[in-house]
Amino acid sequence: MDFSYTAGQQAFRAEVRDWLAAHVPRQRLASFDTREGFEQHRAWEHQLFEARLSMVTWPEALGGRGCDLVEWLIFEEEYWRADAPLRVNQNGQFLLGPTLMQFGTEAQKQRFLPRIASSQDVWAQAWSENGAGSDLAAIRAKAVRDGDHFVINGQKIWASRALFADWIFGIFRSDPLSDRHHGLSYVLVPLSARGVSVRPIKGLNGLDSFAEIFFDEVRVSADNLIGVEGQGWQVAMATAGFERSLLLRSPGRYQRTAQKLVQLYQRHRAGADRDPLLREAVLQAWMDAEAYNLAAYHTVGKALLGEQPGVEASANKIFWSELDLRIHETALRILGERGELLPEAPAAGDVDTWLEGYLFAQAGTIYAGTNEIQRNIIAERMLGLPKA
Amino acid sequence: MDFTFSEQQTSFRDAVSRFLMTEAAPEMLREIWETDAGRSPQLRAKIAAQGITGLSVPVKFGGLGCDDVDWSLITQELGYYCIPDSLADTACVAAGLLRGLGENSALAAEWLPGIVGGAARIAVGHPVNSLVADAHMADLLLLHHQGEVHALTRGEVEVELNPSIDQSRRLCRVSWTPGARTRVADAELGGKVWAEALDRGALCVAGQLLGLAQRMLDLSVDYAAQRKQFGRPIGAFQAIKHHLADVVIRIEFALPVLYAAAHALATQRSDRSLRVAHAKLACGDAAGLAARNGLQVHGAMGYAWETDLQMFMKRAWALDASWGDRGFHKARVADFVLSKDAPLGPGNVGDV
Ligand SMILES: Cc1cc2nc3c(=O)[nH]c(=O)nc-3n(C[C@H](O)[C@H](O)[C@H](O)COP(=O)(O)OP(=O)(O)OC[C@H]3O[C@@H](n4cnc5c(N)ncnc54)[C@H](O)[C@@H]3O)c2cc1C
Repeated sequence: MDFSYTAGQQAFRAEVRDWLAAHVPRQRLASFDTREGFEQHRAWEHQLFEARLSMVTWPEALGGRGCDLVEWLIFEEEYWRADAPLRVNQNGQFLLGPTLMQFGTEAQKQRFLPRIASSQDVWAQAWSENGAGSDLAAIRAKAVRDGDHFVINGQKIWASRALFADWIFGIFRSDPLSDRHHGLSYVLVPLSARGVSVRPIKGLNGLDSFAEIFFDEVRVSADNLIGVEGQGWQVAMATAGFERSLLLRSPGRYQRTAQKLVQLYQRHRAGADRDPLLREAVLQAWMDAEAYNLAAYHTVGKALLGEQPGVEASANKIFWSELDLRIHETALRILGERGELLPEAPAAGDVDTWLEGYLFAQAGTIYAGTNEIQRNIIAERMLGLPKA
Repeated sequence: MDFTFSEQQTSFRDAVSRFLMTEAAPEMLREIWETDAGRSPQLRAKIAAQGITGLSVPVKFGGLGCDDVDWSLITQELGYYCIPDSLADTACVAAGLLRGLGENSALAAEWLPGIVGGAARIAVGHPVNSLVADAHMADLLLLHHQGEVHALTRGEVEVELNPSIDQSRRLCRVSWTPGARTRVADAELGGKVWAEALDRGALCVAGQLLGLAQRMLDLSVDYAAQRKQFGRPIGAFQAIKHHLADVVIRIEFALPVLYAAAHALATQRSDRSLRVAHAKLACGDAAGLAARNGLQVHGAMGYAWETDLQMFMKRAWALDASWGDRGFHKARVADFVLSKDAPLGPGNVGDV
């Protein structure tokens, strides 16, 4: 056990910190749930890429810089510390990217990964359907093999940022006679393909945060199949593992938010201390963000020793999503009657982005597999309890 | 940056675990509970033979010269097997206190070798605990008086036992008279060693609480798999699953807090007291939930004296407030978090 960083790691931190200090936009970008904001975020991603900072752990040949996971944590810490923009291509970069690293052919890696790193292609995840939410194996949208193509029909829903994205990674039923987890295939589809239509769905913030996608006789090359035809479920579970693990939600995010919560509380102490539970909640939020961070370092240490992450990812997902909710709930309570005000309201004062964060935190316990489902997974796969 | 244990550390832990599994079965713990002393010299001797009592003692006194990081694995085992002995008070806290008296301390030279052998029992009277555990059978007592450290033998003090709901606890009110002869450290040195003893005592309790949490979880999972109602194991019911999954989450996210605290104390990081306080709270939460949900999963069996769960549950209840209760440790966290310019945000893990 050794908590000191090497000289190389310290130099890397300094480099990232300096670069971010010089480049993070001073003015907050518009929300990436708008066309304008989306493109602003894409441009930011491109800047990161040019500095070889968009995907630090990827090999240089694929647009990264070959960092190890400790350096990744350092990068993330600096990124959140600098209040840099949210990652518009998080689905491509943190979910599809590692999936391609594991299941993609060499040609697929060369073709897709550098463009993900640079966000020339921004990706959306097209898994959920009206009838297949928690019960993802109930998927009905079809991708049927026709020579060297797949023909896709059906519809997907809740695909985040799909209105402005370039590509989706989807799971479709490729064997029409199959059922449940069998006969599914993991296929990449350009949203510009003929027969694809995307209809926006507004989220709680009133913006087009997700979309419904309709596929009508959409033909895509069989080169876009990831892994083995009919074994898409296995590939999808790898993606889901990344989604629930540290990759999607690194600890810097929560440490930063918890830090801001402490600052908010300090500024409003006179009012906040009338409710002693608020002080308690602030301290607990800070401790939990610390715990999440320490757990990340522990996990990374074990991963560097070759230990494969497993179902702990489910515990991880529950922990960050519930922590995020508690932090934001506490912030709004501290803000009191101003908590409902939008940032542009004349009387908003320092409401900042707490309300927006609060809204998005409501979704954290639902996306990436609901927390109920994660608790089932923990009980069944970690504790070995019988299936219902 | 390497937040993992060495092969050697984990294999020692594994060996201790295998040993305690056979030597400290619940039936045996119950027998020890029933005795007056509440302690088994035989068990203590066997534990010493494993090397556990010598962990914190420097090599030159015959010990293993290990540190708090090694202990953070071992205290979990002591908790998991609910060892009916305030072993850590002697072998970890008192050993640390004696080391803290300095290279040339005659008292340390006299007592450290005896700790290794397992025969010496040293009770620690830190002011954070109003009662002293195991003072009734201590060979030596290290007691606090106005910041100073005083050392007395059992014959020089009077003890009054206070029964606890945890029948393995032996809590004593100690009456004694401080004097120049009993003083082994003045208030200046004493301030340092008592502060460190507090962190170490709290850390030992945190480790035990987490071990207890894991044991209560394991017992409850076993029970949920075997007990049938409505024609199926109760573990198939989602409410039961979620009770147990919640315990898993608390444990998973308390472990690294415990380990980071151990590392902070072992390396004397400036934030060690904060880390220990956090660990004590997090491990106490895990144990508290494991007890509550464990009992619920057990149904009436959980309320029955004959069910083993009670031993672990009561130990967890008792330890939660020892070596500083929640208010005490939360205040320590608050002092840090609410202080000016505290390094609260991302990037605060590395040694400074
Ligand atoms: C902001 C946001 C972004 C999203 N982005 C995407 C995206 O990019 N791509 C994508 O494919 N999907 C996305 N989703 C969809 C998300 O994956 C689903 O919402 C999720 O899988 C749950 O499915 P559902 O909404 O149909 O809820 P349901 O499955 O209908 O669940 C409703 C409630 O019932 C509970 N429930 C269901 N089954 C069980 C069970 N077996 N045991 C216990 N409780 C159960 C659930 O936990 C939940 O509380 C997004 C969702 C949100 C909110």
